[in-house]
Amino acid sequence: MLQIKQYVKVTSLDEAYELNQKKNNVIIGGMHWLKMSSKSVGTAIDLSGLGLDEIVETDDAFEIGCMVSLRQLEKHEGLNYYTSGAVRDAVKDIVGIQFRNTATIGGSIFGRYGFSDVLTVFMAMDTYVVCHKAGEISLREYAGKKADRDIIVKIVVRKRPVQMAYVAQRHARTDFPTLTCAVSYMDGTWNAVVGARPLKAEIVSSDKNMISGEDPVTEAEDFGAYVAGKLTFGSNMRGSAEYRKQIAAVLVRRAMLAAGKDA
Amino acid sequence: MELKFILNGKKIVTEIEADSLLIDVVRDLGCLSVKRGCESSNCGLCTVFVNEKPVLSCSVLAARVEGQNVTTLEGLQEEAADFGAFIADQGAEQCGFCNPGFIMNAIAMFRENPHPDDEEILAYLSGNLCRCSGYEGQLRGIKAYLEFKDSQKGEA
Amino acid sequence: MRVVNKPLRKKDAMALVTGKPVYTGDLVGENALVVKILHSPHANAMIEDINTSIAMKVPGIEAIYTYKDVPQKRFTMAGQTYPEPSPYDRLILDQHVRFNGDAVAIVAGENEKAVDKALKLIKVKYEVLPAVDDFRTALDNPVLVHPEENWIANCPVGADNKRNLCAQEVDGNGDIDGVLADCDIVLERTYHTKANSQTPMETFRTYTYMDTYGRLNVLSSTQIVFHIRRILGNALDIPKSKIRVVKPRIGGGFGAKQTSVTEVFPAFVTWKTGKPAYMEFDRKETQTAGSPRHEMEMHVRIGAMKDGRIRGIDLHTLSNTGAYGEHGPTTVGLSGHKSIPLYNKYQEAYRFSYDVVYTNVQAAGAYRGYGATQGLFAIETIVNELAAELQMDPVALREMNIVREGDIMPAYYGEQTNACALDRCLTETAKRMNWKEKYPCREMENGKIRSVGVAMAMQGSSISNCDIGGATIKLNDDGFYALTIGAADMGTGCDTVLAQMAAEVMECDYDDIIVYGADTDSSPYDSGSYASSTTYLTGNAVAKACMQLRESIQKIGASIMGCDVEDTEFDGKKVYRMELEEGVVNEVSLIDIATASMVNNNYETQFTATLSSPVSPPPFMAGMAEVEIDKETGTIRVINYEATVDCGTPVNPNLARVQTEGGIAQGIGMALYENITYGKHGEILENSFMQYKIPTRQDVGRINVEFEASYEPSSAFGAKSIGEVVINTPPPAIVHAVYNATGVWIRELPVTPEKILNGIKEKQS
Repeated sequence: MLQIKQYVKVTSLDEAYELNQKKNNVIIGGMHWLKMSSKSVGTAIDLSGLGLDEIVETDDAFEIGCMVSLRQLEKHEGLNYYTSGAVRDAVKDIVGIQFRNTATIGGSIFGRYGFSDVLTVFMAMDTYVVCHKAGEISLREYAGKKADRDIIVKIVVRKRPVQMAYVAQRHARTDFPTLTCAVSYMDGTWNAVVGARPLKAEIVSSDKNMISGEDPVTEAEDFGAYVAGKLTFGSNMRGSAEYRKQIAAVLVRRAMLAAGKDA
Repeated sequence: MELKFILNGKKIVTEIEADSLLIDVVRDLGCLSVKRGCESSNCGLCTVFVNEKPVLSCSVLAARVEGQNVTTLEGLQEEAADFGAFIADQGAEQCGFCNPGFIMNAIAMFRENPHPDDEEILAYLSGNLCRCSGYEGQLRGIKAYLEFKDSQKGEA
Repeated sequence: MRVVNKPLRKKDAMALVTGKPVYTGDLVGENALVVKILHSPHANAMIEDINTSIAMKVPGIEAIYTYKDVPQKRFTMAGQTYPEPSPYDRLILDQHVRFNGDAVAIVAGENEKAVDKALKLIKVKYEVLPAVDDFRTALDNPVLVHPEENWIANCPVGADNKRNLCAQEVDGNGDIDGVLADCDIVLERTYHTKANSQTPMETFRTYTYMDTYGRLNVLSSTQIVFHIRRILGNALDIPKSKIRVVKPRIGGGFGAKQTSVTEVFPAFVTWKTGKPAYMEFDRKETQTAGSPRHEMEMHVRIGAMKDGRIRGIDLHTLSNTGAYGEHGPTTVGLSGHKSIPLYNKYQEAYRFSYDVVYTNVQAAGAYRGYGATQGLFAIETIVNELAAELQMDPVALREMNIVREGDIMPAYYGEQTNACALDRCLTETAKRMNWKEKYPCREMENGKIRSVGVAMAMQGSSISNCDIGGATIKLNDDGFYALTIGAADMGTGCDTVLAQMAAEVMECDYDDIIVYGADTDSSPYDSGSYASSTTYLTGNAVAKACMQLRESIQKIGASIMGCDVEDTEFDGKKVYRMELEEGVVNEVSLIDIATASMVNNNYETQFTATLSSPVSPPPFMAGMAEVEIDKETGTIRVINYEATVDCGTPVNPNLARVQTEGGIAQGIGMALYENITYGKHGEILENSFMQYKIPTRQDVGRINVEFEASYEPSSAFGAKSIGEVVINTPPPAIVHAVYNATGVWIRELPVTPEKILNGIKEKQS
């Protein structure tokens, strides 16, 4: 069972950062993962008093506080308008409403979980992670980095014109995904982010002149095969590498066609 | 450490530890409707409201509800009986062990979306597992309750 | 009927929906010791050394017990009538641990934190032994799961611990090899089902304390109070007179709680320390050290003529009882005896043979369906495969072959079907499913494919010539009645159903019956709620007891009126003279009789009826699944499930319906989602609700249930059972639907998108 010696609801990010430098201290998000561990935590650091639980939409960005819940993402009109519902589609099958009411975007991103729907969908956008010390880093770069003791303050999505769609393969409806897939079209490039392979999400983008838009169906088929060929896949309880590779091509194709429909 | 919060409308001051979970604290305070069915945030049995939002009390540090409003089924007896009667009329309460969490979350749904369609009902309550009923009787009960509520409004 | 066959609210319904504290965990005294188990991390090992001295130093630790501290007489944890067919192969704690999760030590302490800490500080040195991890290699494996000399089989079930054999039998009728040789077509197939978990929402839990009389009181979430008393007497090696077992409300059972899982541990602690104790298995323990379904592999041969007549079935079942033999010798029997009889019409011969083997995995137990579920998956699927081979409609093939009312069933112990509406169940289900139009499949606009599948099922109603139903009915002040039972309402609604029956016989209002159970000190003996027995067997006991009480009430009435009892009648409200006379008392109200019965009275006002049944009338059902399959990903969704049940008279149609819907949802879980796999050390990987996926309400489609009543003459109200039969149809029906969409037969559960897609790819290449 998880043990915690001390609980501190911090009053500043500096305080949180300071506390978080100790190895057995930990920032608590939704606590769903932490609670299942048998860790001995020194200080549980709670950021919930810092007002980081809001989504602020400006003319050119969404600024999403690290304590924003998955349920807030699901219900945010601006974010879902911008992503054609892809964000909602990405989180709506995660366990249940009560879970999503407390699971946080900061926790999801910080964990860089292999199965993460959240990481997958945000990687398909022009997304940045703002850390307390390191400042702003692109999410794609952040996802590749090892976990450190910095604190995610917020996630910033720059509002570049985008067409996108999200699909995932799940067996039981609210189970972990067997594969996640977000496809976006930004500035003349198609991007496919594929996660739960069961490795964490990676992005594959189209080369120049690869896709002309003349024959969307064939091109989507080709792009799906291209992406599936570029990525590595692994096996776990939910599916073999071979299975994942097969459906990756299908999901990328479908997401691309769905994203293209909004053009 | 000391914890002050509001439980079912009453001010509570109680002693907790840093790792006390909300489920254990409210059960110790007599709210025995709150049940534990798993350790992995999957079953929904431990659903309570924190500031009117349904959450899983097995995954909430009690320390985090300092100064907040916590509601369990003990604080919603009238609504529970009101709605629960429709579940009972289907025989869908069955063993009853999942009922408190399910009824809490259903009440949350009625407040958030007073006229849900079937798909919305199933999606909203998907985090509430039940092994007895097969869910169909619960759905019939919910729909009968919503119809009854609507007809009451019509009369008023 | 006035009260029977009415959809009344359950007696406990409002307490349950308003969250009242009525379960074991809500009733634990404040000072109860917390009891937990140290579980083995190895599949097969001997404890070479176990050191508890450091753990004992943790403040708040009351006691730690190891194999050195417990009685050395073996017993079984199976809840069965004595002598139990399950072997006596357990000790409370054993030096030899036989599965990953087996009990190594018991720790009792003042609080959970102390106990958790102590658990980590117990030092165990194991001699790790090779394990029997595949049940196909268990028989005569050089590694023995139970090499011990004091292993006992109480019944002649063909067991031999020196061969890893828990039971073995060959049964049959006619010359099966000759009949199959003479058939136009013989199919031979192998099917495999897994060790599914019942997953009641309330995990295993038990509270124990000593009472005023120095007796061990056990409050437990169990279906079998009387069997638990015997099991504890055996396990603790103490007189049964020293034990009382009570069950409060139970948060679901499904057979899980027909085995003693947690009871022995806190009971041992309380008996040793004199202190109250409480044990609650968490979900992981419930998944890994519980009492799941027996994994089975079924090898079937079926012989038929070109016109569809099924002439012979040859079934061999290999059943995996795991590390201990609970319910091993008995579950397996149902895999044949409750599947083969469905195809009775032209059946000239059958053979049913089985081996039940020990392995080093979690011990199996009883799970709704109890072997019939596994057997029906095999038989119903091979019949669907036969229909495909013969290019016949599988519904038509069934209509031609199924058992009908009045038939003698050689494969069902020679019993006759005195009530059987299986034919109507099948026809009505096909009608509502619109089978003719939907079979086999149709392409949808979204590129997916929708298909249908069919299966049938039967079960029993109680264990004939063995189990006991008991009921006590008592007249009280004001003329209300107290019904006391030893059967266990575990959410099924038996308190309500039995009260309805009592009200029917007593001709009173349903609200005039109060129900209490189950308590070994005060309930009449009843084997417990399992084997689909309560409505049928205990129901008959209720009717019998009520008839006796009616007679006595009439006698009291007659004595008040000063006339012969033969000249009176009782209508539920009063006893009256059939022929009115002047100048005398012509009627006495029930209230007056009740009052009079408590003053200077020599007539009995409380009756207990006990009975056993020579037959076990099978309920029947037909189920049809409609699924949607994405042929590019293998994704499968149940859209719609139609089922029709013949449970005789549905005593409470609401409860019968919800039982059926719940059973179907569980069956859908077994068919599609609920897998069991093992890690390197024999540990179960699906050890939580995160990994063991029971269906959510978005996973079961829409379920529609109807009833086709028959009337079972051996039941007081024409009723048969319903609790178990309802879980059996989804696995074969869904597997059939997958075939009808894709041409792929999936013969190992669960059906997964990957298996479907692989099958499709194989077909294409």
